[in-house]
Amino acid sequence: MTFKPLTFKGGVHPPHNKHKTEHLALKKAKAPGMVIIPLQQHIGAPCEPLVKVGDEVKLGQKIGEPKGFVGAPVHSSVSGIVKAIEKRPHPGGGLVQSVIIESDGLDTLDESVKPIGRLEDLSADQIKNIMREAGLVGMGGATFPTQVKFSPPPDKKIDTVILNGAECEPYLTSDHRLMVERPEDVVKGIKAMMKAVNVDKGYIAIEENKPDAIKAVAEAAKGEQNIRVVTLKAKYPQGAEKQLIKACTGREVPSGGLPMDSGVIVNNVGTAAALACAIDTGMPLVERIVTVTGSGVKEPQNLIVRIGTPFAEVIEQCGGLEDNVGKIIQGGPMMGIAQYTTEVPVIKGTSGILILKEEDLGLRPELPCIKCAKCVDACPIGLMPTKLEGFAQKGMVKEAEEYNAVDCIECGSCSFVCPAKRPLVERIRLIKADILAERRKAKQA
Amino acid sequence: MGNGNLVVSSSPHIRSEETVQRIMLDVIIALLPAAVASVYFFGIGALMIMLVSIGAAVAAEAAIQKIRNKPVTINDGSAVITGLLLALTLPPSLPLWMAVAGAVVAIGIGKQVYGGLGCNPFNPALVGRAFLIVSFPVQMTTWTSPLDGVTCATLLGIKKLDGVTCATPLGLLKMEGVKTGYMELFLGNVGGSLGETSALLLILGGAYLIYRGVIDWRIPVSYLGTVAVLTLVLGHDPLFHLLAGGLMLGAFFMATDMVTTPLTRLGRIIFGIGAGVLVVIIRLYGGYPEGVLFSILLMNIFTPVIDKFIRPRIYGEVKAK
Repeated sequence: MTFKPLTFKGGVHPPHNKHKTEHLALKKAKAPGMVIIPLQQHIGAPCEPLVKVGDEVKLGQKIGEPKGFVGAPVHSSVSGIVKAIEKRPHPGGGLVQSVIIESDGLDTLDESVKPIGRLEDLSADQIKNIMREAGLVGMGGATFPTQVKFSPPPDKKIDTVILNGAECEPYLTSDHRLMVERPEDVVKGIKAMMKAVNVDKGYIAIEENKPDAIKAVAEAAKGEQNIRVVTLKAKYPQGAEKQLIKACTGREVPSGGLPMDSGVIVNNVGTAAALACAIDTGMPLVERIVTVTGSGVKEPQNLIVRIGTPFAEVIEQCGGLEDNVGKIIQGGPMMGIAQYTTEVPVIKGTSGILILKEEDLGLRPELPCIKCAKCVDACPIGLMPTKLEGFAQKGMVKEAEEYNAVDCIECGSCSFVCPAKRPLVERIRLIKADILAERRKAKQA
Repeated sequence: MGNGNLVVSSSPHIRSEETVQRIMLDVIIALLPAAVASVYFFGIGALMIMLVSIGAAVAAEAAIQKIRNKPVTINDGSAVITGLLLALTLPPSLPLWMAVAGAVVAIGIGKQVYGGLGCNPFNPALVGRAFLIVSFPVQMTTWTSPLDGVTCATLLGIKKLDGVTCATPLGLLKMEGVKTGYMELFLGNVGGSLGETSALLLILGGAYLIYRGVIDWRIPVSYLGTVAVLTLVLGHDPLFHLLAGGLMLGAFFMATDMVTTPLTRLGRIIFGIGAGVLVVIIRLYGGYPEGVLFSILLMNIFTPVIDKFIRPRIYGEVKAK
């Protein structure tokens, strides 16, 4: 089975830097004494708390219910007492209303947590309900509520489900280890997803730099006629939704549209495994795999961490920080979010905690653009980042819009390749926000 | 732990190793073989011209930036390249002060008046050469033959003056000790500017830049290809036209200047073809024997227009269902 690896046009080749953790088996992190569960761990409306200060809660108990359709409930990852409901620093930025629970160390299971049954016996609606009740969101980092993804409007015909095992972000190995160690959960997850939208075409797409994961998943998917395990070229941003769809199906998501506009639903392999787990055990999303790595941490590891565990506690279990730490990032180095404190908790979208020493940040002064056009060649969307950056600096909203700034997926390839070290995507984000603000204004007027 | 020393910025958090300085260094490395060869062919005078031109370019850049109260950026290497490139377009017998004047104009009028690195519409070295050729036409077209230093004419010049139609340059173009074989042209044992001599060394340098990803092969290939095809169609000797004059220097080192050439791959091909057409028109029908200089400067004018109309295809440019 030697196919040419599938891929897309453009992109960059940052050093993979996965060697520190890619061969380390998953390890359960110590259960935390106190968890901080943000009531918003997803894109969409925040949750209303279902508990009060002083309440006793159990492991797996739902403690937050979203106010709107786009949202996902949150659950307690320990059993214990609610100590406070207050705003706390959130790894996505800012302060977010959070439920703080002191663990009693007993992990008493909530009554709701029990095996649901065999996948064969479940209907599409039942599966979607499990997605919702388990609080599933996109675990690659985007945290879009999974059940919402699987409830497209009736006029959108879905024919394909793709599982994203590309893990194109450097350093991260959480999806890699999941696929190597629990491939049957991944396969069961995609089967459930395909059943939820009644399609018979499924892809599990993995970058070529993870041959052991490809082998394990292919083995687990043996005999599944409708599931294809495909090899992707190792290139960033291969795991970006649009690039993944192009590589697997040859289709393009229309500009301004969603994957469902091209008949596809994309999910992270971690989300699929979490769905399989929810079906098998009834356990909602209360823990996830986190790669703790980078030059700034003493013992990099792939840990299974309870949602709500503060970063500081996770880092402590990895030998602590080295001297001279420059950045602590949730997620990977290309699209992750820099943190100002390690008090923030691990949430559903925390695929990694990346700790870089100051000398690895590549902080160099910004020089004038020499129009080398490396950003133009790198852009996976076909934009001209150097032009957009110029428009952004001059506040030329109309021109930026005409040059399709809103199509930018903010992958950061342009900033990565720029020899003049210009903050290209950083500035394009700003002009994008301006364009969207003007559009909203125009709509209201 | 609230760590007061953490850097917080938006993604991406890593950058490639590539820098502007490294790109400039690569260009200088790529020019070195041709520069060394010019000293071999034309002697210490060639070295003097290069040193003086580079020195004047760097000094002019520093002085102007000082006057404008801007940070002095001479260590980015771009002024060195401008000085060196200009020197390579000059005849070996040019008075040194003219080389200085050319370099100062190249940096001053060609680059700094527009705001410095990255802002100039024209290739600065070519602006310097254009200034010299209109100001000092005699000195700029007085050539010495390599190795013995006898005054001679360039091959393209001979053709222009005698109206020779270049049927067999091997037999025709022998004059005052200048050999005209393809081999001499290829190796560089011919009269001309410092850097116009050895096609071989220029191609070597160009290949290095393509390998390093500094220049896009599309420009030299489309530029040289156009010249070859067009001269062939018009009944001239394409190989002679490829090897003679400043075409190789222009194709690999001037038409590929990042700042003044289009941003897109297709745009660069259009640029190369346009420059190729212009060279042939000027060489065959124009008043000057050589057309590389103006072909590139003229195409520099078109670069913003090309960038306006030639854009990459955008992902998802399909109708929403």
